Amino acid sequence: MDERPVLELRGITKRFPGVVANDGVSLDLRRGEVHALLGENGAGKSTLMNVLYGLYHPDEGEIRLAGEPVRIGSPKEAIERGIGMVHQHFMLIPVMSVAENIVLASEPRHAGLLLDYDAARERVRELSRTFRFAVDPDERIENITVGQQQRVEIMKALYRNADILILDEPTAVLTPQEASELFAILATLKDEGMSIIFISHKLNEVLEIADRISVLRRGRLVETVPREGATEESLARSMVGREVLLRVEKRLASPGEPLLELEGLHVLDDRGLAAVRDVSLTVRAGEIVGLAGVDANGQSELIDAVCGLRSVHGGVVRVAGRAVTGANARTMLDIGVGHIPEDRQRRGLVLDFSLAENIALHDYAKAPDSRFGWLFPSRLLARARRLLREYDVRGGGPQTRASALSGGNQQKVVIAREVDRNPRVLLAAQPTRGLDVGAIEFVHRRLVEERDEGRAILLVSLELEEVLSLSDRILVIYEGRIVGEFTPAASEEELGIAMTGGGRREEVAA
Amino acid sequence: MSEPERPQEGDAEQAPGSQVPAERTGGDYAPSVAERLALFQRAGGIATPLLTAAFAFFVGGLVVLVTTGKNPLRTYQAIFDGSGLNWLFPWITSEERTLAAFNLQYTLLLTTPLILTGLAVAFAFRCGMFNIGGQGQYTVGAVVAVWVGSSFAGMAGVAHALLAIVLAVLAGALWAGIAGLLKATVGAHEVISTIMLNWIALWVGSFLFTLGGPLQDSDQPGVPVSGSVQEGAKLLVFWGEPELQGLHIGLFVAIGALVAFWVMLNRTTLGYEVRAVGFNPEAARYGGISVARNYFLAMAISGAFAGLAASLDVLGWQFRISETDVQISQIGFIGIAVALLGRNTAVGIGFAALLFGSLLNGASTRNLDPEIFKPELAGNLTLLIQGLIVLFVGADVLVLYLWQLRRRVKLRVARAGT
Repeated sequence: MDERPVLELRGITKRFPGVVANDGVSLDLRRGEVHALLGENGAGKSTLMNVLYGLYHPDEGEIRLAGEPVRIGSPKEAIERGIGMVHQHFMLIPVMSVAENIVLASEPRHAGLLLDYDAARERVRELSRTFRFAVDPDERIENITVGQQQRVEIMKALYRNADILILDEPTAVLTPQEASELFAILATLKDEGMSIIFISHKLNEVLEIADRISVLRRGRLVETVPREGATEESLARSMVGREVLLRVEKRLASPGEPLLELEGLHVLDDRGLAAVRDVSLTVRAGEIVGLAGVDANGQSELIDAVCGLRSVHGGVVRVAGRAVTGANARTMLDIGVGHIPEDRQRRGLVLDFSLAENIALHDYAKAPDSRFGWLFPSRLLARARRLLREYDVRGGGPQTRASALSGGNQQKVVIAREVDRNPRVLLAAQPTRGLDVGAIEFVHRRLVEERDEGRAILLVSLELEEVLSLSDRILVIYEGRIVGEFTPAASEEELGIAMTGGGRREEVAA
Repeated sequence: MSEPERPQEGDAEQAPGSQVPAERTGGDYAPSVAERLALFQRAGGIATPLLTAAFAFFVGGLVVLVTTGKNPLRTYQAIFDGSGLNWLFPWITSEERTLAAFNLQYTLLLTTPLILTGLAVAFAFRCGMFNIGGQGQYTVGAVVAVWVGSSFAGMAGVAHALLAIVLAVLAGALWAGIAGLLKATVGAHEVISTIMLNWIALWVGSFLFTLGGPLQDSDQPGVPVSGSVQEGAKLLVFWGEPELQGLHIGLFVAIGALVAFWVMLNRTTLGYEVRAVGFNPEAARYGGISVARNYFLAMAISGAFAGLAASLDVLGWQFRISETDVQISQIGFIGIAVALLGRNTAVGIGFAALLFGSLLNGASTRNLDPEIFKPELAGNLTLLIQGLIVLFVGADVLVLYLWQLRRRVKLRVARAGT
């Protein structure tokens, strides 16, 4: 490995009104290395990379490419200097083909006028072969998977001869399988001499892929360490600035009476196809039952059906012994089913509402929030003030719009609302999605506390680690069926096999 | 002009030392739609409508200059004087004041229904629907008001007027409610259904008042017009001469409706539901709110505002409706521009309605000196400005850009100062 840095950032400072997003950050990137940039949401990772990519101009500090100080005024200049960036949100045109997207803005042309599509396709093929991307150049973007779209973004950078590649939280949108495919591609790129900056807040993947790791906290560089010797614990400590419990500490569950019972549940998806098939399960008071599975195997439909947001096609739903199959969302809320939805921005919050209004979302029509249809905003505010303090929500007060909060704080608001209603059954769908370690720790601790309060918690998560550390029992769902039950002592491999349909039905425990 | 319940600008900025929200550190290059809207709302509290109107007048002025060679500033001043708003100036002569008072009464007479048709559009907007049917709802309300007002000769005055108003309001609510019901049950888009209902209202109204039509005035068999509203059912005129279209108390009803609009949205559970559905129907459903019910209710309430507008016009100063009135009335459509410019807020709609009322009156044939600007062109200038306002209201990107430019400049100035 060549030790000469291809890129150096020296003392980069970037201020926004009221905020120092980057405070004298220095780091260097060597040829053929994967350099991970680790930090909590809002630590300044993206800002730093946007400075490098020419989207922002630093207030202080300089950027050196191969030892030469440069000024990068725009993304166009960054691309010309061989820097490519893959954003979290892809910038692709859905109705155009892969090849068209890749060559966009620097197309090979016939007579300098017309798109030479054959040449474009050929070059994309070449790239695809060299780096084993396995993407069909003629397929339309809207028809390929998210993982493939990401590869198209990477190919866009390669097509423009990038030798430095910035990936902004690339795994946030990927399934675990797609993530490991991405890592294989990154390894190939590295071998070809590419230098890669990998932005993430996930400790395990940083330790898996990075050669060196730089940790940012509140705009400052805390440390740059080689992977060797770094542990999840040590990285989490520098990221958050204190000891973080990565493993959830919890006592043994003492399950009570069954609070949620499903018998032979059948649910259809939006297209009218069977999504949940003959699912029977029981969640008792004081236990967390984890529902593990690869995304889109019926988990969302199952949760929706239980909380009255989707009609039940067959079977029985019982809450605290009472059959409530097919009841609407209002009834489910009233009999004590709480629901932390998987998508807090689309469903869990009205982003344009204030936090106080969001916290009242289920109870606005009851005393003390309102009486005879008359709303009392001051009471909404008072309750919100109490809950925001209790749940340590930062970044705004009761009057702040929900959209102004970071993801972790938004999730805290959702959890505060659901838990404060004292539900008997709590459905937690991907409760830590997109959160950083500090917030994850909070959510996990809170869920265990609620379990100890005697609630029945059904946890749906795509993160195996989360399911394993939180659950008292684990059910595996595959193609809408429960295909296995495990104890938390099970290994990730065992679960992984069952999740991909490899488990045999006969092995299902009682 | 921002909503009173909205947090003050800067409220969301963090106190020193508090955690920085990711969105504010510039993490995302491309802001999400919600962020954009949030920014737009903050930027747009009062700046956007003013900018929008200023743009529209500027471009309108250019058109005046280029097409007629007249001085746009003098034209606008003439329109302003024609609207009677110069009545507010203490320095004008008493002769001018008499004329100004007369003009202002008529301006406010036009403002009254515009406030209400503006509210009709705005209330549906707050529930996430675009009510283009204000005109049809207004027509239906007018038909009912004139029918009730011209019948029941023996009824006591106040009760008679109230009955006409209430039934007109219900008629408007029913008419819009059809569109709401269709959306709630089969998902028919309200834009399509309200436009269709507009045409049904127009031709039914025309039929009723045409020669030999069921509601045509039997005393004037040769004129396609309705019977006249009974004396007792007419609204009290509190400023100016009742014979010369003085200002009736309907203005206070309209202002009361503005207050009711705000209260309904911000102080009732109904308003909470309407706003939740308007912002995010999926989250509303998750919250236990019936989205379908709110679609219906919000549309019906919208229609009620339009029906109210019509009843005030009929009982306040029109007293009868001709077949032509039904066909050329634009009050409901101008309500769309009023709501857009007023940003669907109570205070905003009040001012926007006044602006359009002034324009309509100030640019009318009787108020403009042909030396300054041809009155027959002036009517078109009003339409032009109305169209430009709708156009610029849609151009939120432009406004956002200007807003960010302003912030950037401010930042640079601040940095230079330190």
